[in-house]
Amino acid sequence: METLITLLVGVLVSVATYLLLSKNLIRVVLGTAILSHAVHLLLLTMGGLKTGSVPILEDGVGTYTDALPQALILTAIVISFAVTAFFLVLVYRTYQTAGTDNLNEMRGSSDE
Amino acid sequence: MNNILVFPMVIPVITGVALLFFRSYPAVQRWSTIAAMLSVFAISLWILEDVRSNGIMRLDFGGWTPPFGITFVADSFAMLLVAAASFVSLICMLYAVFAGDKRREYYFQYTFMLLLIAGVNGAFLTGDLFNLFVCFEVMLLASYVLMTLGGEKKQLTEGIKYVLINILSSWLFLLGLAYVYGTLGTLNFAQLSLRIAEAGQPPILTAISILFLAVFSLKAGLVLYFWLPGSYSALPTAVSALFAALLTKVGVYALFRTFTLLFYHEPSITHTIIGWMAITTLAGGSLGAIAYVDIRKIAAYNVVIAIGFILVGLASNNAAGIQGSIYYLVHDIVIKGLLFLIIGTIIYLTSNARLDRTSGLITNYPILGWIFLITTLSLGGVPPFSGFAGKLMIGQGAISSGEYVMVGAAFLSSLFVLYSLIRIFLNMFWGEVLIPRKHQIPLPFPLLAPLVVLAIVTIGLGLGMDFMAPYVTDAATVLMNPEVYIEGALDNE
Amino acid sequence: MRENDVILQTVSKVAVFIILTFGMYLFLSGHHNPGGGFIGGLTLSSAVILLYIAFDVESVNKGIPVDFKLVAAAGVLISVLSGTGALLFGADFLSQSFAYFDLPLLGKTELTTVVLFEAGVALAVVGVVVTILINISEDV
Repeated sequence: METLITLLVGVLVSVATYLLLSKNLIRVVLGTAILSHAVHLLLLTMGGLKTGSVPILEDGVGTYTDALPQALILTAIVISFAVTAFFLVLVYRTYQTAGTDNLNEMRGSSDE
Repeated sequence: MNNILVFPMVIPVITGVALLFFRSYPAVQRWSTIAAMLSVFAISLWILEDVRSNGIMRLDFGGWTPPFGITFVADSFAMLLVAAASFVSLICMLYAVFAGDKRREYYFQYTFMLLLIAGVNGAFLTGDLFNLFVCFEVMLLASYVLMTLGGEKKQLTEGIKYVLINILSSWLFLLGLAYVYGTLGTLNFAQLSLRIAEAGQPPILTAISILFLAVFSLKAGLVLYFWLPGSYSALPTAVSALFAALLTKVGVYALFRTFTLLFYHEPSITHTIIGWMAITTLAGGSLGAIAYVDIRKIAAYNVVIAIGFILVGLASNNAAGIQGSIYYLVHDIVIKGLLFLIIGTIIYLTSNARLDRTSGLITNYPILGWIFLITTLSLGGVPPFSGFAGKLMIGQGAISSGEYVMVGAAFLSSLFVLYSLIRIFLNMFWGEVLIPRKHQIPLPFPLLAPLVVLAIVTIGLGLGMDFMAPYVTDAATVLMNPEVYIEGALDNE
Repeated sequence: MRENDVILQTVSKVAVFIILTFGMYLFLSGHHNPGGGFIGGLTLSSAVILLYIAFDVESVNKGIPVDFKLVAAAGVLISVLSGTGALLFGADFLSQSFAYFDLPLLGKTELTTVVLFEAGVALAVVGVVVTILINISEDV
């Protein structure tokens, strides 16, 4: 199972890399979103998958899964949600102001 | 139980968020911001003194003892940086208040500046790797907003690059966290240090450490500084001073923490790489500093040079080098704030950023001119200003570990610093007076006051070296002896 | 571009209350079972978002005259202040405690300070999510 998830992480990262390398800004935003999901999966896998019950105190359950990676991922997801939302708005505003969503046309500062 | 430790982070958060309710009252926003920063500065000085006399302080959030809970750990190194950062941000805030940009104030400029400071202070104080990430993100999100607030075209296009590069580095940071957790099963600094020492830092951990090196280098602008000059020159004055003084320093702090506390067992690999990265940074920064005529770019490349210089101290990996780096870090926080405030003021007064279009400013604004000269000399490391002690000790450290190339590069870069800033001074302040006194834009005293204060501080830090010495020595002792930190951070009485 | 969305509007009038109730349930059950302020807050905000989808921004703003930025700010303040409240009792920052009380109607009930913290989280989540989505959708 761990191997499968790790492979999935690899696929996600390669998809994200492809998107990040494109010139279209929306694709870049999507790339960053996928990239963060890939690393969340990796964090989860690093904590070990399916080794016990849910980490809530209950009678008759001996082993619990490690709760820490889940806490880490929850935090990381919230952060990446905020960043993605901000990035999306930023890209939209840039598109409105600069009149283009092509990264090539945003090079340097020729407007000075 | 040392609840006071949480205040440098919580006071800015509470004030910043509470300011959201006072959108239409700029006076309330301004003065509560200043009050908050004053109290943070006072508290951090108090903690600094307490830490020096009573040893490392620790706060377990919610009473969860380490290594399980969230902890804040304060040693002298962290507290020196918190105090310096709080002081410089106080001054930058004062400048922002006096500059009084109504539109930015309406869009919560102070809230985001306070959140940025909360993130910076949190990053200095935190006792585990994951909260370092969280504090980085708090700081970065605030910086994204400050960077693009106002929505001019240049800000937006530079903002996109800045955000994108930081998202990538945050991704690498999380990747490193995942690997560290997978291999060592903990993220608490002290426990990580113990476990790495037990394992003797096998190659896999060294590889992970290189990943962290890449992440923090990107944040600090070590070699990977290509994003820095463009983004820093698109900012309003007070914010650019805040960025230049704080953001890269947090990356430097993280580098020092990880490579003195965690991954210090293979200096022949890691510290050699850091050394070469420092040399490359010095070379690249020096070339950039003399290549441009845009004074904002010149100032931004000076930030890069300073990072290279500080890292020479870490690469030489001995007490003298580390002490020098700490001196230089504190000095650099102050002086880069001052430099960017001056540059911003010059641009405000002359409304152009090229050094070949203005001259004779010293006749129009004598005090500004002399402050700029002090800044130049201090950055160049001329005694009696604050840059001297740091440069001297970093040099001593590098010589005693036999790194003569680094010594050469470091001191050569100081010449470039001096040259690049003297060039600004000669071109803009000296020479023919272009602006007749009748037509000059007045420079009100309140706008000048923050600069004067910082200039006095840089002289004071230079002359009062002995006053700072016990704190710096204590900080360097903790950095050079990880067991002191571990005892302070893990000991459960 | 006004479409005829009678079905969506009629359904959401009922569904919003179901979602709100479920959100509150998730929020309150968080102490001993899966749930909590974050998830509760997300569910609550999804109800508000549904309203914005089914009706237009103006009429929802008229019905709920709340600035969601301030909701978020209030949430963060409540959370942080509930953490600092522990300082007054000489405990560590963010320490929580609980006790059992005999309340009329409910009988013996467990009351905890963590509810305050979680309420702050929930408010912050609702405020932030709604603010973000309104901002993105505002002038598209």
